[in-house]
Amino acid sequence: MTGLFDILGPRMVGPSSSHTAGAARLGYVVQAIIGGVPDSARIGLHGSFAMTGDGHGTKIAITGGLLGYRPDDPRIRDAASAAEQAGLDVTFETLDLGEDAHPNSARFDVLRGDDRITMIGCSIGGGRIRIQRIDGFPVDLSGSLPTVVVQADDVPGTVAEITGMIARRGLNLATIRVDRTGRGEKAMMTIETDAEVPPDLLDELAAKPWAHWIRNVHQLNA
Amino acid sequence: MYRSINDWFEAASSADIDLPTAVLRVEIKETGVSEERIRARIAEALGVMRQAVAEGLESDEPSPSGLTGGRARRLVADGPRLLGPRFTDVLARAIATLEVNARMGLIMAAPTAGAAGVVPAVLLALADERGWTEAQLVDAMLVAGGVGAVIAERASIAGAGGGCQAETGSAAAMSAGAVTWLEGGTPEQVGTAVALTLQGMLGLICDPIAGLVEIPCAYRNATGAVNAIAAAEMALAGLDFPVPVDQVIDVMGEVGRKMDVRYRETALGGLAATPAGQEIAERAGMHELVQLQRKGRTEGEETKRFGPS
Repeated sequence: MTGLFDILGPRMVGPSSSHTAGAARLGYVVQAIIGGVPDSARIGLHGSFAMTGDGHGTKIAITGGLLGYRPDDPRIRDAASAAEQAGLDVTFETLDLGEDAHPNSARFDVLRGDDRITMIGCSIGGGRIRIQRIDGFPVDLSGSLPTVVVQADDVPGTVAEITGMIARRGLNLATIRVDRTGRGEKAMMTIETDAEVPPDLLDELAAKPWAHWIRNVHQLNA
Repeated sequence: MYRSINDWFEAASSADIDLPTAVLRVEIKETGVSEERIRARIAEALGVMRQAVAEGLESDEPSPSGLTGGRARRLVADGPRLLGPRFTDVLARAIATLEVNARMGLIMAAPTAGAAGVVPAVLLALADERGWTEAQLVDAMLVAGGVGAVIAERASIAGAGGGCQAETGSAAAMSAGAVTWLEGGTPEQVGTAVALTLQGMLGLICDPIAGLVEIPCAYRNATGAVNAIAAAEMALAGLDFPVPVDQVIDVMGEVGRKMDVRYRETALGGLAATPAGQEIAERAGMHELVQLQRKGRTEGEETKRFGPS
């Protein structure tokens, strides 16, 4: 379905909606998932991202996103030096994620404090993105809705508890997805809602014995 | 949004509302966002477009590749020649936006970054002279969005999907529809303007030199804008086109799907693969791209891996 603002937008720093705006958005969502500007990030660029990325500022756009800049933030142009000042250590390499990977894909290996997360995402055109893997778990995040990511023990009733918490606050659930490494092991849950998730819901979630870590990704408008 | 221009016009006619209102109603229904918010976002979009044009007309700053920068200014400084100042102004505004885009400035994609110069060039260059108000411009953007959404559904709005005819072609078609509406054209004339624009751009390939959104993109935005105005002029005079607009859009989609992948934003064919194009790519450090251009591959995984959108 094509919305009006898929056509009139995005508002973005040029030159390419996929290689610049989408790249910035990927970086932004990655920093949101790790909970802030990382200490270091190793980024592997695949396919067209690797081949024509330089000419489109893909690397500085990703760096800007990791600094928390949105795709329309003019500071993206100077993101490389800003990263240095912020103590964000960014390195890029070329990698091959295989034939099935989207041509504009990247793998992020990010460190922040004691946290380390690996994510794979791609830029699918028009500035839109997908995060497809977090720490090896298949996920499907667009960043276009407020999102909560929860890593939890795979125990019965967790989904019901989460949907209950959401319903009690009158929030409308857009999507919920659960992936696990194996029965009774770890599960990765991604929850997209129609409105921003209130902080007390995140606190309630964090207090659950089965929840390992929780990340709130704010909605990123085109 | 609507699946066809015909559906859109029929919905407007049966509800006895104008074309912008018909777009607005669907958008509200599909997203739950209020009319005020939608209008405010469009007004913001117009603001970003104005700012990008102004910035591009003012600055000579080259893009990181050095391929563009300063052309919009040169055009204006050299003064109008063949068709008077308004014509030169349209060309310059289109180029200005693409030059700002190339140097990582702030732009509004419409419908893409690579075609971002067309809509502002057409709407903003003519607004003062034609006396279009800000509210009318917002309505015109709704018409442009309606046209673009149908093209995205039925064909493609991306160079990678259907060549330049799909990218600047869509932007030009959107602009033609918007201007025709602004000038009091009937829905039928709006449809004809869209059809006339697209028929004039059918088959146009996407062959960005060195894979960069710069050349020929800046020039194609300029000529796309002129194409849109020409189509609106003819449609408003009551000139007709025998093929219905939705069928013209379908042809554009068909041509795009059959277009060799070299001509769909991969930088492996057309102007990008000429000796001059290869030399520029080589200077920009895109050695792997140049190797592939030399191999002249038409199909296969390698070719799929290139190109922005």
